[in-house]
Amino acid sequence: MRNNYVYILIAFAVIYAIRVLPLTLIRKPLRSRFLRSFLYYVPYVTLAVMTFPAIVEATMLPAAGIAALAVGIIAALLGGSLITVAGACCAAVFLIELIFR
Amino acid sequence: MEPMKPQKSAFAQGLRDGIPIALGYFAVAFSLGIAARDAGLTPFQGMLASMLCVASAGEYALFTLVGAGAAYLEVALVTLITNARYFLMSCALSQRIRPDMPDLHRWGVGFAVTDEIFGISIARPGPLEPRYHYGAMAVSIPAWAVGTALGILMGTILPLRVVSALSVALYGMFLAIIIPPARKELSVAICVLAGFGCSWLFGFLPALRDLSPGMRTIILTLGISAVIALIFPRKEDEPDAE
Repeated sequence: MRNNYVYILIAFAVIYAIRVLPLTLIRKPLRSRFLRSFLYYVPYVTLAVMTFPAIVEATMLPAAGIAALAVGIIAALLGGSLITVAGACCAAVFLIELIFR
Repeated sequence: MEPMKPQKSAFAQGLRDGIPIALGYFAVAFSLGIAARDAGLTPFQGMLASMLCVASAGEYALFTLVGAGAAYLEVALVTLITNARYFLMSCALSQRIRPDMPDLHRWGVGFAVTDEIFGISIARPGPLEPRYHYGAMAVSIPAWAVGTALGILMGTILPLRVVSALSVALYGMFLAIIIPPARKELSVAICVLAGFGCSWLFGFLPALRDLSPGMRTIILTLGISAVIALIFPRKEDEPDAE
């Protein structure tokens, strides 16, 4: 039987190390061009992988999830802040499910 | 005490600039709490995870894995991958540290390098001011932690359609992070499209669909990022898209 507190502590240890090691150890810019490019792209790929198709599977109606994706992309393209985009996605799901379900 | 004055005001500025972040965090944390509740975490456990980790995507991945009863090693690996961007942000912050800053602040600032706190901290001209960072942390981290606990507590009380609507808040936040840079840079746009497409394909292709969500995230992130880094290596002095 695995323990939730152990899970949380493992996540904390790893995440704190990721954040604090560059600040405490690496005091010069990274040299490898590939490594710098790779690290630059990692966040975008991770978040994209985690967003789709999960956003479509999170809602009661898949169509509402698709609407949330479309609205979220448009709101982000229009320069919406974090809260605006997240709120627009929620509103899209609420409206679609209110009408069709 | 005269020398304390500028330090105090930096903390106050951090508090002020942290308020909109805290409001956004509260809403998103509520949605995260719903995921934590689905994974079987208690409100206290969710609050603890949020206070310690202060990470949306990272915590979301953690809760998904807890719900699936994943191996501890898998949790460590997925946490490493889903939070790799903080490594980059900390690298950027490390270049802005005054040589005379006490080392203790490196450990303090490193506790909460998040997309938003990093954003306002790096946007401030001049060297990194730890007290500004702490001010933003002081208002936003409690909102994040309490929001998570409330999401776990009230996810069951709220009507189903409200829960359904709130459950996409987190993905909306992810979109707000990845889409604007994708508009500015072709290589980032390809990252996003390749991520969407491959993640979708891995969901139903034979053999690949049997991979756990965590392993899928690791494999796709490492693979796609490496290929794009080879095709589109970044120039030495290229500014970040954000």
